[in-house]
This record gives sequence, C-alpha cells and structure tokens, in this order.
Amino acid sequence: MAGAITAHLSEEASVRPKHINESGFVRFVLIGIALLFLTLMVVLPLVTVFYEGLKKGWDVYVAALTDSDAKSALKLTLIVSLIAIPLNTVFGIMAAWAITKFKFRGRNFLITLIDLPFAVSPVISGLIYVLLFGAQGFLGPWLDEHGIQIVFALPGIVLATIFVTFPFVARELIPLMDAQGVQEEEAAVSLGAKGFKLFWHVTLPNIKWGLLYGIILCNARAMGEFGAVSVISGHIRGETNTLPLHIEILYNEYQFSASFAVASLLVMLALITLVAKKLIEWRGSKWQSK
Amino acid sequence: MKGSAIRRVLPGFGLSLGYTIFYLSVIVLIPLSGVFIKTAGMGWSDFWHTIWNTRVIAAYKISFLTALSAAGINAVFGLLIAWVLVRYKFPGKSIVDSLVDLPFALPTAVAGIALTTIYAQNGLIGSKLEPLGIKVAFTPLGITIALVFIGLPFVVRTVQPILQDLEKDTEEAAVMLGAHRWRTFSRIILPEIAPALLTGFALAFARGIGEYGSVVFISGNMPLRTEITPLLIMTKLEQFDYAGATAIALVMLVFSFIALLIINVLQSRISKRTTSA
Repeated sequence: MAGAITAHLSEEASVRPKHINESGFVRFVLIGIALLFLTLMVVLPLVTVFYEGLKKGWDVYVAALTDSDAKSALKLTLIVSLIAIPLNTVFGIMAAWAITKFKFRGRNFLITLIDLPFAVSPVISGLIYVLLFGAQGFLGPWLDEHGIQIVFALPGIVLATIFVTFPFVARELIPLMDAQGVQEEEAAVSLGAKGFKLFWHVTLPNIKWGLLYGIILCNARAMGEFGAVSVISGHIRGETNTLPLHIEILYNEYQFSASFAVASLLVMLALITLVAKKLIEWRGSKWQSK
Repeated sequence: MKGSAIRRVLPGFGLSLGYTIFYLSVIVLIPLSGVFIKTAGMGWSDFWHTIWNTRVIAAYKISFLTALSAAGINAVFGLLIAWVLVRYKFPGKSIVDSLVDLPFALPTAVAGIALTTIYAQNGLIGSKLEPLGIKVAFTPLGITIALVFIGLPFVVRTVQPILQDLEKDTEEAAVMLGAHRWRTFSRIILPEIAPALLTGFALAFARGIGEYGSVVFISGNMPLRTEITPLLIMTKLEQFDYAGATAIALVMLVFSFIALLIINVLQSRISKRTTSA
C-alpha cells in the first residue's frame, strides 16, 4: 500500500490550454474546497498538538519531555526502531533482488504475501505473537522453562514492529528495480563483477534514493506504531512503554498537556519524514534527468 | 530477455529467494497461521457463539459502516485534491502536496488524541456543532472522521499518477465534438480513472476496517454503539479470553485477505491499462 506514494508533480501538466481547462471561477472553487478540506482534516490536528502541548506554558512542556518515564519511552522507541529497520531493510533488498532480477513461478504470489502485513489489523499483528510466545501460547511453556521472556518485553515489541513495517522497503524497491531491468547488472557480470560487489557498485547507486525513502517510511511507522505494540507490551511504565503508549497513558490520566507535549515529538518526526520525502524526490528527479 | 536461462546469469538467486522465504515464514506466515490453529482447537459451536452474538455483530456493523462511509468521503475529496494538485497552479502547491502524506507519517495515536480534542464537546469544532445538535466525539460520526483522516492519502496517491498520465488528446477530441467540461469529465475522464479510484477506495476501506490507534480515543468505546471490531479483540485479550480474541481475529483476517485479493486484481488491471495505452 505504501508503494503508491511516489507521484511527481510535473509543471507542464498544470498549464493547460483554455479549451480543456475549467473556467477561472470553477478552478477557484475547487482549489478552495480542497484547501478547506485539508485544513480541517490535516492541518488543524497538527496545530492542535502544538497548541495543547504548549497551552500550560513552556515549563510544563519541557517537564513532560524530560520526565523519566518519557525519556525511557523515547529510549525504548529508538532501540526498537534501530533493531527493526535494519532487519527489514536487508529483507527488502533481498526480496526485491529475487523478485525483480529473476523470473520464477509464484512471483506474483510472493509479492502478495509480502503485502500481507499491510492488510492485517495492527491489533492482530500483536495478537499473533501473544498466541505464539505468550504464557498460554504454543511456545509459552517452553520459553518459561528456559527463562526467556518475549511477550510484555523488548523482543515482543520488536517482533510486532517488524511485522507492521515488514513490507515498506520491499514495496518501495520492487517497482523501482523492476523498471530498471537487468541490463546494467548483466553487463557488469560479463565484465567480471561478482556477488556483493555487483550489488554495491552497480545496483545500489541506481536505487539509493528509493531505498532511503523506504527506510524513512519504515522508520516513521516503526516509531509511531500503536495498536500492535499496545497488545504485546503490557504497558509497564518505564519499562515496556514506547512513546505512543506513553502518550495514551498520559491522555487517559487526563494529563492532556503532557500527553500533547510528548505527541509533539512524534509530530516533528512526521514532519521530518515529509520533508525528507520531498528532498529525496527532488534529488531523485535531478539525478534521473542527468 | 524473458528466458529464465538468460536471467540467471546474475548471481544470488538461491540466496535472496531463500532468505526472502525464510524471513517471510518466520515473521509473517508462521505467526499468522497460529490464528487458524488456535481457532481450529475451539470447537464449532463455541466458535460460532463467539463470532456471532449481538455485541460482536454490532461491532462488525460499526466497523463496516464507518469504514465504508469514510472511504466514500475520501473517494470524493481525494479525487478533488488529486485533480487540483495535478491540473491547477496555485501558491503553496508543493506544501499542500506534502501535507497529503501526513496521515501516513503521523502516528495514529497522535491523530487520535488531536481529533478527539478538536471534536469533543468543548473542542474547537465540537463546540460549534454542539448547539446544532451534532455530536461527533464518542459517536460513529467521530469514528468516521478518524478513518477519513487515516484513509485520505490512499485515494489521492492512487488517483494522482493516473490523472497525470491522462492523454490530452481524448479530451481535445471530446471538446471538438462539442462536449462540455462536465460531460467530458463524466464520460471521458471518470471512466479512465475509475479503476484507480476504486483501488484507492478499497485501500482506504481495508485500512479503515482494521484501524485501531486513531479510533480508540474518539470512539468512546461503548459496547453496541461505538465499539469497533479491533477494540473488541483488545477487550477480550485484556480479559485473557485468548480463544475469543483469536476467533474474531480470524473473521477479520479472512475479510482482509479477500480485500487484498480484490485490490491486487484491481491494481493489475490498472497497470495493464497504463502499459497498453
């Protein structure tokens, strides 16, 4: 589903001859409706987070962010992302390589399977690991015997996050590498390039922007995941609370200002993600036109 | 070029495919199969009573109807936004284009608390609607608004590239044959972008059915009235009713798989259309 996000606005397309364009008035109204809708649905929530977070003053805002539970939530969120993203990146590259550089039976079916986590409700994404590793789960008794804790602990949170962000890198790379074909790699092979060197020197330069974008998307989702992590974390304060869970707890305790203050961190992450996307699009199109 | 013998000149087929299948199995397939195995051990009548009683049916209905109306609203406004972005020039267009992606990038819980605050009785918009007798937060309407937020980028981003690639020639021809703009739109342009619009609608709908984070705050979670299906699973888990949670999860999974199948068929139709054009 995330693969649908790469659209570029070309300038010439928006300059149209009069007879196949709407009248100035209609254009004005349509642009007005679009902007109003986006303001109400997207901009207003964004502004609300900062407004509510800062409503009780800068001190309350800073206090909420430097609170020890908030700090440990931030730390946990960073650790989880640092484990989940590299794993999914390696998988994404492997999967895209197999799918786009070779023809084999069941190729389309494999792509559908990679998409599966997008179609699964986040709550179910957490539930499946509870079923597998929880106290009543299939492997629960065995894990218990060996003193390994997965559910209500870091490994469970990491697993759920990996599941939820599973397709992002692969989904970004597959269409890109498909469009690029295999000619360059084949030429390199005939010149004697081998294995990982081939990928590093020939393929990677061609896909680096797409790869980077996939990683950034994966990161945004990993840091912000709520439902899946909520099921498996057990909400232990200071221990298994990620930032989104910390926001929920503060909100449910009516500490609205603190809750929105922490939320503003994640809003900034989202805004950085959007800016990075624009930059990558811009660099990517510049690079392509060279 | 299409012969497999030629393609296998490149190294790493066994390794990359093997790793892909291994990782896919460990992370996705084996854990997901747990849902089926767990439910299989349940017994038919138990299973039926869990997935088909008044409270659960009410949750299905709320999930289905709110996701459907949100996807419908997004189909209309998403198309409008894509249209404006592709065809018109206006100041700040690039920023507007970026903002469309915000719901993808913003954590759902953050969206949830922000929307709840705006639409609560004393909120910015909620307080204006209250005298009119319209309640948004803690009603199905509130759930719908959260799902509109979540689903918007799906429609815009699937329709946008198709609209961009649309040939001017057919529109020119329509005008020369005397069609008005509206007629050109409804007879020429709309059929051309319909598959993409339908895909966007289906993606937004599928996402809306499973959505949890943004909805849980604004819905108020009242059984029979504003309890969505994912929340019901959550509630059962909190009561340690793992079998019950899993049975409902199975129903949702089957539904999602069917949705995914339909979306894939739609998407392959679009790519056929664009490559043949």
